[in-house]
Amino acid sequence: MSAPQKPFSRTVAAIPPSGIRKFFDLAQSMQGVISLGVGEPDFPTPWSAREAAIHALEHGATTYTSNSGLLELREAITDDLADRYGVRYRAADECLITSGVSEGLDLTLRALLNPGDEVIVPEPCYVAYQPCVAFAGGIPVPVALDPGDAYRLDPAIIGAAITENTKAILFGSPSNPTGSAQSAADLEALAALAREHDLWLISDEIYDRLTYHGTHTPAAVSAPERTVTLGGFSKSYAMTGWRVGYACAPEPLAQLMHRIHQYTMLCAPHMSQIAALEAMRTAQDDVDEMVADYDRRRRLFSKGLDELGLTCPVPGGAFYVFPSIASTGMTSEEFAEGLLTQEKVAVVPGNVFGPSGEGHVRCSYATALPQLETALERIARFIGS
Amino acid sequence: MREILTVLESDAHASAERIATLTGIDEATVREHIAAWEASGVIRRYKTVVDWDRFGDQRVTAFVDVTVAPERGRGFDDVAERIARFREIRAVHLVSGAQDLRVEVEGDSMKEVADFVAQKLSGVDRVTATSTHFLLRRYKDDGQLLTDPEPDQRLSVTP
Repeated sequence: MSAPQKPFSRTVAAIPPSGIRKFFDLAQSMQGVISLGVGEPDFPTPWSAREAAIHALEHGATTYTSNSGLLELREAITDDLADRYGVRYRAADECLITSGVSEGLDLTLRALLNPGDEVIVPEPCYVAYQPCVAFAGGIPVPVALDPGDAYRLDPAIIGAAITENTKAILFGSPSNPTGSAQSAADLEALAALAREHDLWLISDEIYDRLTYHGTHTPAAVSAPERTVTLGGFSKSYAMTGWRVGYACAPEPLAQLMHRIHQYTMLCAPHMSQIAALEAMRTAQDDVDEMVADYDRRRRLFSKGLDELGLTCPVPGGAFYVFPSIASTGMTSEEFAEGLLTQEKVAVVPGNVFGPSGEGHVRCSYATALPQLETALERIARFIGS
Repeated sequence: MREILTVLESDAHASAERIATLTGIDEATVREHIAAWEASGVIRRYKTVVDWDRFGDQRVTAFVDVTVAPERGRGFDDVAERIARFREIRAVHLVSGAQDLRVEVEGDSMKEVADFVAQKLSGVDRVTATSTHFLLRRYKDDGQLLTDPEPDQRLSVTP
């Protein structure tokens, strides 16, 4: 017996597997590795949320919820966006609870794009952005941001990439992998550009609470009528495995996203939604403590890298630094592979986040301080060798 | 400046240089503040939280609820301060509820703690009753969980 010989999806087959996979396999095969390659918090989920989930399971919250998600959770999210940022979405028909931002992104792109539509994706960026655009039938248009300009969304650079086929601009702020947080002024300029060319802004704000200089600015402040705000609980509340996020969008688009969601995911996990609601209600102090701890690590680690000649601007958000390794003369893959095999420190080569990430590596400081200090010693030894 | 104290609270032997790196406050300012706080009593002392059970010491702790007759003009202060001076006493708190003071007593054996409560504490002037609860196991102390940490289940590299 043989499997069918007709070709698989050409779109999917044309997209290479994530470069992160290779490093995962390599790092996983070794013992005693200090991993700076982890894109998730090292804090446990706040206990109040975990305890609420245990209670929910005991009391039978094991069923589907409404497709949109628990209304109470949607209301908590839209109220929170209104209170913190003055951004107003309606809980009833403009907010959808998703299985993480990943699903929210997929729904947004599938609801928005027709074949041939272009989506501008400033990079270096999260590894899934460009593949998700392609999966939805669109054409990702990568635009390299300038590390010398702190990876800001320079409207001049973005504007130059707009064509008559451009449908949307997709970005994350604060960013994975660079940690850059966009300014209100740049987001305002981007909104003006979107209005001028009739574009959507798709803003991944999963790291919104993990910012260090003042408050986070959501893109929807400048252009609520054309912005999709994607957020979730994975990073800020250390709830990666719970798979719960949200997508807020103007009603006509939100309803199309809802249609896909109801035929595919149906709903986000019930007990995870309850845990997320509890986290929003009771875990702000936990979040504040995590941010304060990340802040200390961020200072120590970026200073340490700088002293090693791995130029490293102190990032404004998330828990990544994206130092330049140009001074070593190595490619980002050579650096990451050498550091892992010689010194057992795992970092992610910058080129997996787009060609403009070449010459950099992504280091996550979601690791205890003593581990970071040991990692710095090992990196120093590696560079010295 | 609160940040300096936060670092010291979690790592009492952090150097000024390290605190400066972690907080972004310059080293001289860090030193200045620490000296001022030591002088003014904001920093009472530098402490190490020890899990004596894990070390293997057989220490015994009891929480004793103490009822006292307050004194005109001084309330509970005099008697509380008198009790607090005993070497065996680790903590004294005035609490609401049926009893007045909650006292933490430590000794090398149950007999030592029991003798102290029966002979010393109960005999303090104005102490009218005591109720002793021996500590069986410590799970969290001084904000520090003493159970084994959860293992890191994260994969080595994730997006």
